[in-house]
Amino acid sequence: MLEIRNLVTAYGAVLALDDVSMDVPAGRITAVLGANGAGKTTLLRTVSGLVRPRAGSVQLEGRDITDAQVEDMVHRGMAHVPEGRGVIAELTIEENLRLGSLWRKDAQQEEIEEIYRTFPSLDSRRKQSAHTLSGGERQMLVVGRALLARPKVLLLDEPSLGLAPRVVAQIFGIVRDLVDRTGLAVLLVEQNAKSALSIADTGVVLNLGKVVATDEAHALAADEGLRHAFLGF
Amino acid sequence: MTRLLNLLLNGVTLGAVYAAFALCLVLIFRATRIINFAQGAQAMFTTYLAYELVSHGQPYVLAFVVALAAGFLLGAFVERVVVRPVETGPEINAVIVTLGLFVAIEALAAILFGNQFQSFPAPFGVDGFRVGSVDLALTGNDRYRIVAVLVAAGLLLALFRFTNLGLRLRAAAFGQEVARLLGVRVGRMLTLGWALAGLFGSLAGLLIAGGSLFSPSYMQGVVVFGFTAAVLGGLDSFGGAVVGGLVLGFTQSLVAGYVASSLVTMAALAILILVLLLRPGGLFSSSVARRV
Repeated sequence: MLEIRNLVTAYGAVLALDDVSMDVPAGRITAVLGANGAGKTTLLRTVSGLVRPRAGSVQLEGRDITDAQVEDMVHRGMAHVPEGRGVIAELTIEENLRLGSLWRKDAQQEEIEEIYRTFPSLDSRRKQSAHTLSGGERQMLVVGRALLARPKVLLLDEPSLGLAPRVVAQIFGIVRDLVDRTGLAVLLVEQNAKSALSIADTGVVLNLGKVVATDEAHALAADEGLRHAFLGF
Repeated sequence: MTRLLNLLLNGVTLGAVYAAFALCLVLIFRATRIINFAQGAQAMFTTYLAYELVSHGQPYVLAFVVALAAGFLLGAFVERVVVRPVETGPEINAVIVTLGLFVAIEALAAILFGNQFQSFPAPFGVDGFRVGSVDLALTGNDRYRIVAVLVAAGLLLALFRFTNLGLRLRAAAFGQEVARLLGVRVGRMLTLGWALAGLFGSLAGLLIAGGSLFSPSYMQGVVVFGFTAAVLGGLDSFGGAVVGGLVLGFTQSLVAGYVASSLVTMAALAILILVLLLRPGGLFSSSVARRV
């Protein structure tokens, strides 16, 4: 679905991504793991066009999207949930959700209702300003909003950040279920390697901008040396 | 009693115009965090266009439409050509550029149209009316001003609140990066915001000039009062801008009527300081502190 080849991204003289390649196939969750500063967020920002790479390419369903505009990504089937939740706090919950399907001419109110059924805690507060939501509810809101764009590839940046383990498990469970039901491809970036590997199919370990390991998630979780060196558990 | 009533009516009329002007400052500030100091000069220029048409025998309605359309285009032009190139730098750069533009447009208008005062004919009557034995100073022109601002503000509010375009405009203003990721053409939305502000400013300029004298510098005072009104309202709230405008209108009218008209500016300054001391965010700020 998504093919990342030899991506190099630099901030000035500092290489944030150094020759990174990976595949994100449909119906699977690919987790990118690593410490702070490993280049995880830069990877997502480069893939969605917020940052321009110095070299390498990104292909979505066989079409090159390396130089595509950020605003066009959603038309091509990519949704990016940025780090720090990305809720627009000045808008209501309903308005935040509507933004997700705004680009599609065929969007139905019924799809929004379905998101409310998936995340009932949003349902009773539709007209409330989004800044009243808790951290977990904000994460549900942005995931729901991203799904309303009907993406083929979902980029998730640190969805577990600052959330209680129970909430993390709930959100990961919903994502896993969605991937199994709809064949969505998910590129998940996480510092919380243990939780991420528990739902992911494939794991990619980044360190200082380079890929140091790519393997099945359960194999990575079983590799004690790798866990101690890069994953912190 | 009649005097108080008339001063209040005069306050509403003034306040409506300040509110209209504050609204266009708020429109731009919300979207780009810039105060457009050229707004008054832009409005002055389009008012001159309208005056040229009217003084050549064209109907007021045509002049009105041309002025508003010109204001819309001028606003878009200013954002695209003048402000966008400096937008990536610190915000103060863009603000300084709008100050420069303000001087440039005034100078251009003085060259093209002359620097003397002109009299803009009132589009509606300038006679007050009688209710029973009370003479009310609310002229047809005053009523026109109030209604025009109400209608325009209502349309603007409806656009922002009830349409998909309005949702895009708000998303672009409050969450640029998120909006782009969701497919909103943020650049276009910012241009549209400046264009709408230009249109609103032109309306304010026309309403102020109608039935009185104007010159290339006639909007300067309005810029000061409109800016004060916008700050009173919190700089990013439409409702706040309207309330701020009315507060200033009443203040100006009452201070001029009961104290001395030379103290009007002082009174506005006093209100501004008081509000900023008690509520630094303004009366109606809709922005919320963002979690990081």
